[in-house]
Amino acid sequence: MKLGARSANYMYRLMKRGFFLWAIVLVLAGAITAKEAQPNEDPKIEQRMKALTEQLRCLVCQNETLADSRADLAEDLRRQIREQMKAGKSDQEILAFLTDRYGDFVLYNPPVKKTTYLLWFGPFILLIAGTTVLYRYLKRRRELISDQPLTSDERKRAEEILRSEIG
Amino acid sequence: MNKFLLLPLVLFIALVGFLLIGLHRDPHEVPSPLINKPAPDFKLSQLREPNKTFTPQEMRGKVWVLNFWGTWCVACREEHPLLLEYSKTGAVPIYGVDYKDDRAAAMQMLDEEGDPYTLTASDPDGRVSIDYGVYGAPESYLIDRNGVIRFKQIGPITRDVWQKEILPRAKQLNQ
Repeated sequence: MKLGARSANYMYRLMKRGFFLWAIVLVLAGAITAKEAQPNEDPKIEQRMKALTEQLRCLVCQNETLADSRADLAEDLRRQIREQMKAGKSDQEILAFLTDRYGDFVLYNPPVKKTTYLLWFGPFILLIAGTTVLYRYLKRRRELISDQPLTSDERKRAEEILRSEIG
Repeated sequence: MNKFLLLPLVLFIALVGFLLIGLHRDPHEVPSPLINKPAPDFKLSQLREPNKTFTPQEMRGKVWVLNFWGTWCVACREEHPLLLEYSKTGAVPIYGVDYKDDRAAAMQMLDEEGDPYTLTASDPDGRVSIDYGVYGAPESYLIDRNGVIRFKQIGPITRDVWQKEILPRAKQLNQ
């Protein structure tokens, strides 16, 4: 038993180490390809652009971010974002540039406004409604189960049953 | 009590209803924020005569369709014969923007298969198309006399779209 547990523990450690090695390899690979993609660009702008485009949806492949997508349009948009950053535009101005053209749909983090109230507050409304229903249900159930004290006869019988069970 | 027992069922049916509606909607059709806004201005060189330019300013006072297409775009080829047919009726002039394309290839396609466009402008780096919020060619915009976008079709124009969306609107705008 003990030996088995120890070897299992050993295996677990090996796997953990393997996992870390793989993680390091993958991170390095990512860093290398990321460098290869834009060798001549200002790293500061690239970093800022990456941070911004990671919050944006690519319109061609809608489940990808603008940072990750390899679609032609995503490349063109990244080019334009890069240019605007070099021209000194703020992130807010660049986001406005994109939403003016493609709507709030490009934002993975939609703004709070009339059309998105349901999206933002709906879950909380459902939570409150659910808790209220649950609370009222439990309260009513407690009222239905009324405490009726045992008569002395019943108590005697209950004690006898308990005793015989233990015995 | 019975009322509450039915609640999960009602909620479930409502959920199924939403999912059913969702099935029939195309997530690729993103509502354009440009509807009822002035069509973005641009100045592009013409496809056939590169030293001449085209700008939507020239179209003031006319109701017209601006169609973004490219020879690389399969759905545009699908739409092409219909555009040819509708351009011949002369109901609404169709202007083209050749989007991220090779000039020679575009002219060759128009020569071989027919040219539905009154004029085609060339947008080789796609900047004007981005200003119009194009994300999947073909896309078409119906623009009124004051240069305001009144309708946008994402994807190929079909007979249904032309007859039910574009023509009636164009007729009304021309009145």
